Amino acid sequence: MPPPGARNRFPLDLLHTNDGAMLTNSVDDASDAGRPSGQNGEPRLEIHEEGSALSCRLSGAWNTRTVAKVDARMRKLEAQNSLQHVGLDLSGITSLDTAGAWLIERLVYAHQSRGVEVELTGESEAARILLPAVREAVVQDGEAKPRPKGSIIINTLERIGRAMYEARDDIVYGAHILGATIGGAQMKLGRTHAINPAAIVSQIDRMGVGAVPIIVLMSAIVGAIIAQQGAFQLRYFGAEIFVVDLVGILILRELGVLMTAIMIAGRSGSAITAEIGSMKMREEVDALTVIGLNPVGVLVFPRLVALMVGVPCLTIVANFAALGGAMLIAWLYSGIPPEAFIDRLRDSIDLSTIFAGLIKAPFMALIVGIIASIEGMKVGGSAESLGNHVTASVVKAIFVVIVVDGLFAIFYAAIDF
Amino acid sequence: MVLIDEQRETQTGETRDVVLSVRDVTVGFGDTVVLDGLSLDVYRGEILGFVGASGSGKSVLLRTILGLIRKRSGMIRLLGQDLDKANDEQRLKVDMRQGVLFQHGALFSALTVLENIQVPMREYLDLPRALMDELAYLKLELVGLPRTAAPKFPSELSGGMIKRAALARALALDPDIVFLDEPTSGLDPIGAAEFDELVGKLRDTMGLTVYMVTHDLDSLLTACDRIAVLGGKRVLVDGTVDDMLACDDPWVKAYFRGKRARQIDRSARG
Repeated sequence: MPPPGARNRFPLDLLHTNDGAMLTNSVDDASDAGRPSGQNGEPRLEIHEEGSALSCRLSGAWNTRTVAKVDARMRKLEAQNSLQHVGLDLSGITSLDTAGAWLIERLVYAHQSRGVEVELTGESEAARILLPAVREAVVQDGEAKPRPKGSIIINTLERIGRAMYEARDDIVYGAHILGATIGGAQMKLGRTHAINPAAIVSQIDRMGVGAVPIIVLMSAIVGAIIAQQGAFQLRYFGAEIFVVDLVGILILRELGVLMTAIMIAGRSGSAITAEIGSMKMREEVDALTVIGLNPVGVLVFPRLVALMVGVPCLTIVANFAALGGAMLIAWLYSGIPPEAFIDRLRDSIDLSTIFAGLIKAPFMALIVGIIASIEGMKVGGSAESLGNHVTASVVKAIFVVIVVDGLFAIFYAAIDF
Repeated sequence: MVLIDEQRETQTGETRDVVLSVRDVTVGFGDTVVLDGLSLDVYRGEILGFVGASGSGKSVLLRTILGLIRKRSGMIRLLGQDLDKANDEQRLKVDMRQGVLFQHGALFSALTVLENIQVPMREYLDLPRALMDELAYLKLELVGLPRTAAPKFPSELSGGMIKRAALARALALDPDIVFLDEPTSGLDPIGAAEFDELVGKLRDTMGLTVYMVTHDLDSLLTACDRIAVLGGKRVLVDGTVDDMLACDDPWVKAYFRGKRARQIDRSARG
């Protein structure tokens, strides 16, 4: 229960709740304490038409809360173009604010610009102040022309063109990050040894060591699932022992590194984008440049190095975990004892199988790190843009990781590795 | 906001309409008491300048009035409504009649300027789309922003434009009272003077009551009708610039008669 005088206010909730409309209706008729009488009540519009002369009597409350009720009728009056003389009697208006004044002045301006004589009577002092105050805005609104909308074909082509240019920019910027990373952190002083070991070690701790538990758990489960499914199918052929070959080759060549890369893209890629992006939002990246440091060298380099060291290590961990999970399931489900599993594994795989997987790990690390950094550097000024780029970072990184894994498979097949 | 003839008369008359009344309010965090038995009145149609040393609790008082910080004791009546006794619906009615300009604008960064202004309208009023656009443009015009600023995002605006856009959002529902938290901080003297002029003009056209927390001596001198000084956990003194100069409190003396205030001193005497 909220304490007296305090309340929870989440402004962004305002953007999405639908409760507002319901509350609005009750506001008009309830009595407002502290506000002079006459504030509430309907705005009224009485129209008398005699030939080409129109006379209107406006009464009631004409304010922000009530004008919606007469807006349509006022617009209809504006559109009448057979008139010579318009008379507006404002004496019955009990309350007027800028919104009410806007409706009245809009009508006046529409007729005056057509050369119709408009006569105002019974303005209150408030009206005398408010009407001229909104006049300027009315004139500008009349002059402003709506922007022409393009056709569907042009819009589609425009979107494709923009996507192409964006893809090109991504590739160019990726090359820039790679180059600047090799170039190092310092920009102006010409010092060559600018590697900060502390930053790299702390990043390895966060992105590598921190990811060990989840990667072990995930890999063990995936290894176990593959072993169970494989054993189940191979049982029909009486070849259950071959589940060891299946699991060994699949995990060491493909799955260990792929699962690790996907997990790192989700875990560390998003963090890199968010970190660099929020630094970009608060001009910290600009501050680095002004101090004479290369933002890519300072921010991206340690993370990239940490990933290049961390992902291969995590891949080894993932391989062991997955094989461990598979071994357990092979023992419990198929009755293959661990000694037999290891014996069989020694026969079925060799060093090249292990390296076929491990060689991919640094490339995956590079892809995740570079895509995350590019997206981080592209963050603009708003919270929404940060969210968009974090999403884009993870989605693009996972997509490219899988595509590159496919390219490696084709390459290995071609060279018979 | 409302502008009615009878109200204009009371403003010049003896009995003044109290819009905001703060009585014996105490606010504290943990062991520290920030405000202790503070009382303050704000009258309809005036511009009240609120000053005090950094850390004296100006923002705490503002946030307490707005209901963002809970108070330990005391009473706050805003627009005739005791905020402690208000139920949600009454509270909402008060919300609809107040506008707030936060120190850094607090514009929603994901929305354009025009959409920012329309947020309160969209929530509270049932306006047709076209009219809502027109009224938002009208508010832009009133705060002196060009129409070209409407489709821009807050990150694309200069500091002065952000303040104006935030003021336009505060005015979206034509409030009775607006709270301005350091509206001229971070603006150049010319921009600040323009902003002061704008606040005065809006007060005159829309009949606003303005509660302004500020450190800007020029604003206090040119824009404000009345000045209240916060010190020692309560309002030390309130009144016109002359009252401030006559005050014996060392902080008030230092503030209004210090080096940076010499010109005010001179012009007030001259």
